Amino acid sequence: MASTQNQSAGATKATEGSFVYLPLIAGWLIPGAGHFVLGKWVRGSLLAASIFTMFVLGLAMHGKIYSSGHDILGMLCLVGDLGNGLLYIVSRVMGLGDVFVQTTVADWGRRFIVVAGLLNVIAAVDAHNLRTGRKS
Amino acid sequence: MFSPSHFSAVLLFSLCVSVVFGITQRETSRRMFRYGAYCFTLFVGSAIVLSWVMYFIAR
Repeated sequence: MASTQNQSAGATKATEGSFVYLPLIAGWLIPGAGHFVLGKWVRGSLLAASIFTMFVLGLAMHGKIYSSGHDILGMLCLVGDLGNGLLYIVSRVMGLGDVFVQTTVADWGRRFIVVAGLLNVIAAVDAHNLRTGRKS
Repeated sequence: MFSPSHFSAVLLFSLCVSVVFGITQRETSRRMFRYGAYCFTLFVGSAIVLSWVMYFIAR
């Protein structure tokens, strides 16, 4: 019990003084980076692998990346896509996911990309909670 | 183009989502693993059950 408290206090001290929103922003921009900043290497690696895999699988399935939302569903998907951070920006710059392919697999790919973004937001918020001490 | 079967897509989706859910929703490693396995089982199990329900509805 005491050693757990000491470890927790040590981790808090290690990140004290740094910008409190750094893990949140880093985690949003690069999947898993929020946990890397806090020294949680295994958690960060697993999160990065999962989110990156989902995003790449979505692109490999010819999933579309939203650039604008014309209806409410399109806007929600755009918000989900934006959760991917730099992955979204780099893909847009490289022209990936531009073409709308109307197949069942491409539709799954689109969902994979949106869900990858939403999972990345959850992971970034988790990193923020670790930083603020809400979670150990 | 990567073109998985419907069930393969369910397995891949469930695996990735369960890993993130397990890590973010629980605090200790053991509980993370158990919750991730629980989510994975629920995802895949519910997909199988719903598939059979739709199969019988379509008949």
